[in-house]
Amino acid sequence: MSEARAPSPGGNEPARSSDPMPAPAEAVALVDISKRFGSVVANDRVTFVAYSGEVHALIGENGAGKSTLMSILAGMYRPDSGVLRIGGKVADLRSPADAIERGVGMVYQHFMLIESFTVTENVMLGLAGEGFRLDTAHVEAELRRLSDAYGLGIDPGAYIWQLSVGEQQRVEIMRLLYRGARILVLDEPTAVLTPQEADSLIATLRQMASEGFCVIFISHKLDEVLAVADRITVLRHGAVIDTVDAASASRQELARMMVGRDLASALLDEDELTSHRTGDVVLAINALTAANDKRLPALQGVSLEVRAGETLGIAGVAGNGQRELAEVITGLRPARSGSVMLDWRDITSEHPRAIARAGVAHIPEDRIGTGLVGSLDLSSNAVLRAYRQRPISKGPFLSSRAIARFTDSLIGSYDVKTSGRSARLRDLSGGNQQKLLIARELAGEPKVIVAVHPTRGVDVGASEAIHDVLRAQRLRGAATLLISEDLGELLALCDRIAVLYEGRVMGIVAARDADAETLGLMMAGTSAGHIAAVRGAA
Amino acid sequence: MSGAPATGRLSGPDRARGSGWRLERVSNPSTVAQIVVPIASIVAALVLGGLIIFGAGENPLTVYREMATGAFGSQYQLSETIVKMTPLLLTGLGVAVAFRMQLWNIGAEGQFYLGAIFVTGVALFGLPGALLAAGPWAVIPVLVLAGMLGGALWAAIPGVLRGYLGVNETITSLMLNYVAILLSEWLVHGPWKNPVGYGFPGTEFFPAAPFLPTWGTTRVHLGLFFGLIAGLVLFVVLRRTRWGYEITVTGGSERVARYAGMATARNIVIVMLVSGALAGLAGMAEITGIGHSLQRGLSPGYGYTAIIVAWLGRLNPFGIIVVAFLLAGLLVGGEQLQLSLGLSSAIAPMLQGTILFFLLGGDLLTRYRIVRRAATPEPFA
Repeated sequence: MSEARAPSPGGNEPARSSDPMPAPAEAVALVDISKRFGSVVANDRVTFVAYSGEVHALIGENGAGKSTLMSILAGMYRPDSGVLRIGGKVADLRSPADAIERGVGMVYQHFMLIESFTVTENVMLGLAGEGFRLDTAHVEAELRRLSDAYGLGIDPGAYIWQLSVGEQQRVEIMRLLYRGARILVLDEPTAVLTPQEADSLIATLRQMASEGFCVIFISHKLDEVLAVADRITVLRHGAVIDTVDAASASRQELARMMVGRDLASALLDEDELTSHRTGDVVLAINALTAANDKRLPALQGVSLEVRAGETLGIAGVAGNGQRELAEVITGLRPARSGSVMLDWRDITSEHPRAIARAGVAHIPEDRIGTGLVGSLDLSSNAVLRAYRQRPISKGPFLSSRAIARFTDSLIGSYDVKTSGRSARLRDLSGGNQQKLLIARELAGEPKVIVAVHPTRGVDVGASEAIHDVLRAQRLRGAATLLISEDLGELLALCDRIAVLYEGRVMGIVAARDADAETLGLMMAGTSAGHIAAVRGAA
Repeated sequence: MSGAPATGRLSGPDRARGSGWRLERVSNPSTVAQIVVPIASIVAALVLGGLIIFGAGENPLTVYREMATGAFGSQYQLSETIVKMTPLLLTGLGVAVAFRMQLWNIGAEGQFYLGAIFVTGVALFGLPGALLAAGPWAVIPVLVLAGMLGGALWAAIPGVLRGYLGVNETITSLMLNYVAILLSEWLVHGPWKNPVGYGFPGTEFFPAAPFLPTWGTTRVHLGLFFGLIAGLVLFVVLRRTRWGYEITVTGGSERVARYAGMATARNIVIVMLVSGALAGLAGMAEITGIGHSLQRGLSPGYGYTAIIVAWLGRLNPFGIIVVAFLLAGLLVGGEQLQLSLGLSSAIAPMLQGTILFFLLGGDLLTRYRIVRRAATPEPFA
């Protein structure tokens, strides 16, 4: 490994953008790429070109084929057909190693770092060194230089476990820079960041583009895409809809291309809000505290109220107590103190089945693994709540006829696409699995619905259907606690939004008055009261 | 310049390691494959076994013919096969119940011994004269309960440890096998030793009443009936009851079972009790049907062969009945080789191993197919 492998960030050179604009150099070109997984077409004759010196955003809804396309560029998948050019030369990538050799590096949503190693050790992992000797000092010096040049603020000697999620992401970027990547692909890099961290990432990416890097940025968040990108390519259902200049693009136009219709319809409309009256408080949570799996405090005095016919959203960066909150309410995790009241009856830490029977539905975070058994058939999964009740259960025996009827009714009324009730659950798509789960949980017309990331990893169509179901439940009078990381989803479905940070409620705002900045500040740990005070003073 | 370091490990998730051979799951194995593949596997195993036999200087066809007649050739031989099948069936069912819940109880051997020890204790020292006088039909139910209790209590140890403390049941149940076998050794050499046994390690013979009735002049005893009834009951319980459903769900995912409010810890203990009770019943049947006293080396490893029986029977009670019969035939036929051809009895376990190897391999091929490609076919979110 020579010094020349690391790119020169050109601290002394003038930024390239100040040069008279040369004809843009093609960094990568994916031409006519198709890729299918079984019967699912992930990419359908996609053509995508990105130039050196630009930040190119690739946007689209979940399942639009963004990640697949970029994984092809990064050597993870081979396309079924189509041509890949890197730096103008046709490339046949057989592995991620091939890709990085040609200067393409990808930062995945899940980082590939070893927690108990230092930054330097992680960067050195897998590099072909000379013999057994590890030249740590040399690598460390180089990393320090990169960190300074790009304002990454990473100490190469730090252990990964000491770093925040945002810092770990910067380690991933630094590693790719060290390996000489000139084309950086980032898969939804801001999903795990607070808005403030996201801003600093965007600044870094802009700087890199100005130095001639090609940065490809996968996202489905329009505001940040408009802030970071030079050009934007929109994917929908595996095909390219258009590539536009960010400067001339509007939010509405992009949204229409992404979703295929106007986004405005997604928000709860005025009518729906005003004509619909919420009822009495159904779910009351008082000063609730609970521990996480590591026995550390996860909830530190959470108080919330949800009324009949109301949807209360819980926003927050992952890992701030959302999972624990849902689990305590549904009886899967004991409360340390405080209480959960359902219709003014104390159900704190009751048996999960008793809570479910009292009218609390639970759409858990992990579909398979918590709510559904992948290896069993649809029937077995459908009766998970009802198997002890008539007519499915007759004494200790189960009626297969009643099970079949019940399963078919869930499949029919929620339009679950399947070959039949005896199909194995795992063979369904994520969206159809989720529909079956929701159908089961809502079958008893619950008073309270605790929904955690109900549309995560679900295709657009199913996601729409799930949103419609939750809206209908709200109108029916269910009190819904909707935990989501997707602000768009929260704004589209909720009456009020509470922000959870380190196990505390930072504030609750009406969805109609919510703005991204306030929510972002609260997600980063500023209380609503503090924000108001600062604004009042200003 | 770029020194082409091997970066595959770093740049992608573990599951994508560039091109190469890999297994890909088949979502719906065809019915034809499910029937043809096991048969082809057995044929392939017999061919390989035949080569080994040929290498040992024998004619494989002669050997196979001898084995077949040795196991199924006459009424007597068939009856001996059924005698061997009985403990395999009961222990196999016991193991299968636990396996269905993903509880790896490999302690059937020890539970078998404990059943036999409890029965011996009761038969020799615990039966009041009045009960003995009432004849086998009064005594047998008592001994059945004693045998099941012995096996169940032995299995309860790993069960409780697993259910309430999360201790790995594979290790505890396995280690308790050695404890059980040594316990029985100590009893037959020590406190329960037959005073008129000419130094042979074993207890006194039971009084006549605890003998299980046999079929005609053969050694086939009532234990077979226990096994068939147990298989039938298990089938109904697992497929048609609430509790069976809970077992199936818990086996699929313990987290889901907790989410649904099932008492997983309690179910784990109950399943281990049932599993152990069936193995204990096997020990009871063996000792009251065949040995009529506790002897050293009571089981030639029934509790371990039970794992193979359960697995090959796909944890299905009816499948287990068929597999127990065939494996018993293999064992009896193998012993026959020793008598008629003077061959080593090791041929039978060799064939057993070869058949198992091919069946499991064939099973893999029905559920997966081998593909060669650059990266995994799974889309990721």
